[in-house]
Amino acid sequence: MVPVTHYLALGLVLFAIGLGGVLVKRNAIIVFMSIELMLNAANLTFLAFARQSGNLSGHAIAFFVIAVAAAEAAVGLAIIIAVYRSRGTVAVDEVDGLRDA
Amino acid sequence: MSDKAEVVLFWVFAVPLIVSAAGVLVARNPVHAAMSLVAAFFFLAGIYVLLTAHLIAFIQVIVYAGAIMVLFLFVIMLLSLSDEELGVDRMSAMKWAGLAGVAGLVYVVVRAISQSSGQMMRTVGADYGTVKAVGRILFTQYLLPFEATSVLLLVAIVGAVVVSKKRI
Repeated sequence: MVPVTHYLALGLVLFAIGLGGVLVKRNAIIVFMSIELMLNAANLTFLAFARQSGNLSGHAIAFFVIAVAAAEAAVGLAIIIAVYRSRGTVAVDEVDGLRDA
Repeated sequence: MSDKAEVVLFWVFAVPLIVSAAGVLVARNPVHAAMSLVAAFFFLAGIYVLLTAHLIAFIQVIVYAGAIMVLFLFVIMLLSLSDEELGVDRMSAMKWAGLAGVAGLVYVVVRAISQSSGQMMRTVGADYGTVKAVGRILFTQYLLPFEATSVLLLVAIVGAVVVSKKRI
């Protein structure tokens, strides 16, 4: 049987890839996809611990995480479209209207 | 399922999962990145089945790989962006500091995982992770968060329409 540590390590790798993408990439859509990767890494950890303890609560939490991710993707992509309309770019480091000159 | 087959299946899903997740960052074209992410979600669904989370595995494929990624692809094609327009990723000092922070986080969690006792999975009943069992816990113990999620989705629908409208 695969021990729980394998699943946790896999979740760690996924989370690190997602976090690296959020920090490095300039395209706001790719940054968004990296956030989805991090959410999935958290889900994997929830399900691994749920399986280890034989408790179904982790499945309910994973269900809510997916629902929140769907809502977040809908609103976030709408914001990206609005930003592209008003500024003509989705590069995250060029959208700095709140930074003082 | 025999123990040997489970270990083999874990690696069959885990290695392509990491490769396709890394492909999201490596891809030059955002459409390729999105397709790589779809592949990652499918492999992750396989991992979920290994964890006997059947319902979540199917929701993963239907909602994530289906609905959410179609939304992503739609926006990518609507904006028709390429990396050439955006230019290459600039590595500033803050980004290097952030990546160093990621490395530190990975180190801490690896130490924590390696020092855990490596507990084995508990054997679970035949109904563990099925629609019936998860549905029962959703509609009893987690009824209030479940209903709150429906309100959240309604707010997201209205918000998405309002934000992306030309004139607010």
